[in-house]
Amino acid sequence: MTLEPIRKTITVACSREHAFKTYTEAFDSWWPREHHIGQGDLAEAVLEPKPGGRWYERTTDGSECDWGEVLVWEPPARVVLTWRIDGDWKVDPDPAHASEIEVRFVEEGPRSTRVELEHRAFERHGETAAKVHDGVSGDGGHGGLLKLFAEKAVA
Amino acid sequence: MAAYGSDQLAALADPSRRAIVEALRAGPRAVGELAADLPISRPAVSQHLKVLKAAGLVADRAEGTKRLYRLEPDGIAAVRAYLDRMWSDALKSFADLAESPESPEEEQP
Repeated sequence: MTLEPIRKTITVACSREHAFKTYTEAFDSWWPREHHIGQGDLAEAVLEPKPGGRWYERTTDGSECDWGEVLVWEPPARVVLTWRIDGDWKVDPDPAHASEIEVRFVEEGPRSTRVELEHRAFERHGETAAKVHDGVSGDGGHGGLLKLFAEKAVA
Repeated sequence: MAAYGSDQLAALADPSRRAIVEALRAGPRAVGELAADLPISRPAVSQHLKVLKAAGLVADRAEGTKRLYRLEPDGIAAVRAYLDRMWSDALKSFADLAESPESPEEEQP
């Protein structure tokens, strides 16, 4: 089983610049509250709008959890984020073990922007896709996805 | 496959079942081995495995006198499908705000 990247596209009725700023600087304002990692309720989801910026959550108990970092920062065209939450649902600081989320902002008109999202390289989280296929040695990063899945279940 | 994903969601809502799935990441295990490693009784492990199997998250096979349980790759694929839906939710929420009068566009020079 190869783990195909997740690809999403949506067209929004605003300029590319506005779409990019909303996605990044206003990240906390739109991120769905039920999607987070920590035990408490999500207080804030932050995407620091700069290269190398942190991407993290803060829960109401004050604790912070890094989701990843800003790998590529090309306003207003593109941002690439790493996703560092490993199979044990902990932050793995090794960038080689992070999957990636690329978000591209494509101008379709003065008030129309196509946003293309790709979440890829899940296999970097741990075990190889081949091992997943064999069902022999666990699921690497998919454990993280399982936890995410579970987070939603209890939300 | 939405219903399939929902089954798995329900199956994973239980912390004991999440612990079993985590333990199976290391490789196939028998019920007794799982019960020895987890703070869960053997009958409870069996019951949880039954639920996980019904949800398509684990599969089993007989090996000698033991029955070994392993993670079901297709089940993992369904979990990925669920993450897929998470991004759909997120982008929709993003679009709502980007187009909202509450986030007016700045005039472009």
